[in-house]
Amino acid sequence: MSATPTASDSRPTGTAGALPRARSVVDWLTRSIGGVGLGLLFVLALEIVIFTSQSEFFLEADNLKNVGRAMTIVGIAAIGQTIVIIAGGFDLSIGSVMAAAGILSAYLISHGLPFGVGIAGALVLGCAIGMFNGAVVAYMRINPLIATLATLAMVRGLAFVITGGQAEVVTSQTYLDLGTNDFAGIPLVVILLVVLFLAVGFTIPRTRFGRYMYAIGSNARAARLAGVRTRRWRLVFFALSGTFAAIAGCVTVSRTGTAEPSANIGAELDVITAVILGGTSLAGGRGRLVGTFLGLLVIAVLNNGLILLQVPSYWQQVVKGGVLLGAVAWDELRRTRRDVE
Amino acid sequence: MSDALLKLTGITKRFGPVDVLRGVELEIRESEAVGLIGDNGAGKSTLVKILGGVYAPSSGTIEIDGVPVRLSEPLDARTRGVEVIHQDLALCDDLDVASNLFLGREARRRVGPFRWLDRRQMRADAAPLLERLGVDFSVERQVGELSGGQRQLVAVARALQFSPRLLLMDEPTAALSNKKVHHMLGLVERLKQEGVAVLLISHRFTDVIHLCDRIVALRDGQVAQELRPGGQSMAELMAEMQVALTGEPVGGVA
Repeated sequence: MSATPTASDSRPTGTAGALPRARSVVDWLTRSIGGVGLGLLFVLALEIVIFTSQSEFFLEADNLKNVGRAMTIVGIAAIGQTIVIIAGGFDLSIGSVMAAAGILSAYLISHGLPFGVGIAGALVLGCAIGMFNGAVVAYMRINPLIATLATLAMVRGLAFVITGGQAEVVTSQTYLDLGTNDFAGIPLVVILLVVLFLAVGFTIPRTRFGRYMYAIGSNARAARLAGVRTRRWRLVFFALSGTFAAIAGCVTVSRTGTAEPSANIGAELDVITAVILGGTSLAGGRGRLVGTFLGLLVIAVLNNGLILLQVPSYWQQVVKGGVLLGAVAWDELRRTRRDVE
Repeated sequence: MSDALLKLTGITKRFGPVDVLRGVELEIRESEAVGLIGDNGAGKSTLVKILGGVYAPSSGTIEIDGVPVRLSEPLDARTRGVEVIHQDLALCDDLDVASNLFLGREARRRVGPFRWLDRRQMRADAAPLLERLGVDFSVERQVGELSGGQRQLVAVARALQFSPRLLLMDEPTAALSNKKVHHMLGLVERLKQEGVAVLLISHRFTDVIHLCDRIVALRDGQVAQELRPGGQSMAELMAEMQVALTGEPVGGVA
């Protein structure tokens, strides 16, 4: 990237003193959040300017809380999805895992177990389904798209079979509080989202886990030849995706108060849109967690603004698709320009 | 002959109905450079993959220092001091140079219950070797942005980073300019003097002749012939190697 000395850097910078400084800020931002991140920040600023000028409610605390809450479920699942996609995989099963995990947590708690045990049970289930996905992909060498599509169907089906299609009502007040209460004026679920993002974002550049995630996504064969136990790590990545989906499922339950077998249908589409919008390459090996976060923010603000402006919801879909396409096109342009240099 | 660093006995490899290797016998000693030549399909790559822990042989034994070993994973080979420079280099383009150098063997330090990557340590460890190799680009550059020659240097540096005892080089000079080839050959020469055993696979006969104490020709999955440079003229040796490859006398044209 531009961090390294190249021929173009030696060009004398213009006469205006502000120009090089502005450029170095852009360089720093590009290094830390990537070119896509920069573009997303720009889009986000644009959204904020437009919606603030068009709606007096946009900047109100309650509305900003809504934006935050709307991000959490998709956002938490998007952490796991980002990991899997950077590592060269794909996880379509997350919507089903969310529902199944949510049901298990509500079921355990309504049968007298403490809140913590109910949540732990849900996370174990999510992790187990993720490991199953990982095993099928890594050891049976089945395409992750197909493998997780199968899990999507099976887990969703089982959720209906086991519950008989009935919703499980949440009996724990702690559980409900998690979804509705604030801490220091910030919704608890938003704090959870940010903490999870920071924890994983901090871990990725500092651990073998993060490095192997990029290595396997970039060139799995090379990683294996270098001595990386690629199959075992794939299992880990999918297990994490399942676990984060389970957390997202519990957050869904805490916000709605019931656990339904039909919850979160189609959530994988929103999650994957955020991840790809955030600049993670579908081919694997490239992407940043901060990009996913910005992608989520852009979508959440957009959805919120369109609602405030009373745009019919069908148009929201159209705009969302347009934003995704624009982001991808911009990244593509940037990349080809770099290749020409 | 018991002081062989590596000894292969009766190595075979079968892929379904195809016998790729049919009883390879080979010994390599410390400080010895052995050239491995053979036509396409003779089994060179398969042999390298067996030594690198990618494939398990169908039968036969591999001994290192006289002890039979099983190399069931690339990591097994690396921990026993066998390093491979693969023909396609096997680098991760999206990772920077430093990450590629230490891939699979990262230095880590304990921080509470965690083990963080020790990037400073790795950079310090890599510096002397990179300097020795004449690496003039930043270790923070992404490998995908490097030229073919630079990438090759990264692959070589990775193989040497952990002081290998046996270095397998599969077409190591394929992407290098003539000047760089000389640099590389000089490097291998120095490694030999330091006691490293080298198995060199190359289509460039001149490289093989310059560097190797022995030249082994693989034909139909077996060691068909062994040549020792010395005495003969370059042209004679080249002709001998050509014959060893095909098993047929060259028809008049040397």
